[in-house]
Amino acid sequence: MKKLILGTAALALTASMAFAGGHAKTVRMGTEGAYPPYNFINDKGEVDGFERELGDELCRRAELTCEWVKNDWDSIIPNLVSGNYDTIIAGMSITAERDEVIDFTQDYFPPTSSAYVGAADGANWETGVVSAQTNTIQAGHIASSGATLVEFATPEETVAAVRNGEADAVFADRDYLVPLVEESGGALVFIGPEVPLGGGVGMGLRESDTELRDKFDAAITAMKGDGSLNALLIKWFGEGTQTY
Amino acid sequence: MFAFCEDPSVLDTLSWFACYLTNGVHMLFYASFLKVLLLLAITAPVALAFGFAGAMAARSRLAPVSLLGKTYIAVVRGVPDIAFFLFFVIALDQAFEYARHRILCPDWTDPIRQGADFIVCQQAKLPLGTAPQWVHQTYAFFIAVITFSIVFGAFAANVLYGGMRAVPRAQLETAEAYGMSPRQTFWRILVPQMWVYALPGLSNLWMVLIKATPLLFLLGIEDIVYWARELGGTKTSRFSDYPHGDWRMWYFLALLIFYLAMTKVSEVSLERLMRRLSHGQATTGGEAQRRAAA
Repeated sequence: MKKLILGTAALALTASMAFAGGHAKTVRMGTEGAYPPYNFINDKGEVDGFERELGDELCRRAELTCEWVKNDWDSIIPNLVSGNYDTIIAGMSITAERDEVIDFTQDYFPPTSSAYVGAADGANWETGVVSAQTNTIQAGHIASSGATLVEFATPEETVAAVRNGEADAVFADRDYLVPLVEESGGALVFIGPEVPLGGGVGMGLRESDTELRDKFDAAITAMKGDGSLNALLIKWFGEGTQTY
Repeated sequence: MFAFCEDPSVLDTLSWFACYLTNGVHMLFYASFLKVLLLLAITAPVALAFGFAGAMAARSRLAPVSLLGKTYIAVVRGVPDIAFFLFFVIALDQAFEYARHRILCPDWTDPIRQGADFIVCQQAKLPLGTAPQWVHQTYAFFIAVITFSIVFGAFAANVLYGGMRAVPRAQLETAEAYGMSPRQTFWRILVPQMWVYALPGLSNLWMVLIKATPLLFLLGIEDIVYWARELGGTKTSRFSDYPHGDWRMWYFLALLIFYLAMTKVSEVSLERLMRRLSHGQATTGGEAQRRAAA
């Protein structure tokens, strides 16, 4: 009799687990993995960075099972809408144009400044050749400024273009450029003004996925409320970064 | 990997590289070489099968079958590879999901296309939303193999079609005179002899296929090109234990050597295969072999 009860209990347990497993949908988090400190591949080959830590925490709070997926920046929106993953969490600024195609959560990173970096102090960022990553707000800004825009598929290439003289300056998120300038040994310097761009960084979702968006929105609100988001921002972007 | 890799910043050059080249992310890089070899190993025979079927269809006496074979060859050969790769992969994936959606979720009323979104029910997703990442990667790889096979199959079909027509008419007439049926003539006389005519074209295709494998990267598969670009990129000490400058040149140099080695090995083996196939054939190559032996 004891065995029977134990057996039934075990069966019930596995059945309920299987049931729960059948219901829990894995949320696939799409990111680029080439934009430190937002997201990058660490020495172990895993996705790491501010957004990795933030995303894991958001999933924990929203009680979701999440999995990280890498995708090229160029095709990151098309692959979201065709359903290859469920969110974009890749340092994507909230803009009106993107908002027409996909939906955004509230921002988890305040509107930041973008900056110019050149090979020398006098580099011509105003009317010279300026590199930026394709499909970014920075590329849009340069296109409408007096400078000549050269676009590259990855952030790495935009900086390499300045190093090898192809471009006079690179225009990108200031936070991405800071570690590169610091370790360049004077080969790269900040020039020109800092330009505030975009409406902050948010998580991108399909327009039809309102339920998931609301869950993440609530988790972000909670993290803003208890200060844990600010702690993460300071950890990854240093003291003096903008917080909520 | 090694015990002394705890703090790479104090190591001398040699052990630094020993640690650097064996860290986790480099292991993924080495695994991606296997991925490329696997793609070649699967795609080549499948593409050859596609090509054989295409060539057989093209020379069929039934007009619709022949038309189908010829259309396949003409359309796929005419469309640029990149356009085909970018369009076809998404279309194929959506076609699979659409078919499954129709079968698995008949009561679904919402439209499948909502603006830019392509939405099918959860059960119809391929792979399922709950599937682990490796399933997704295998699926993407599978789609890539199909795409490669269709593209290279069309070229192979054209080559084989030419090979079949190059077999001397006298050989086939003799077979008929011996009372062989068309089917027997095809399999026993035509097919064994056509390879020697098709091989130069096929070997060309194989070389192009080797060189085309970086297209995997376009299909979102993390192949050797992806990892070379990722690993070669500048690493700062804040985010890596192994900071270095822009080393992409060296990584791409390694890829260049890999591809050159691949093509060299292929050249040697194809040359051997050609010698074997020429044996006893009524071609200049076969005749030369006969004279040398006599």
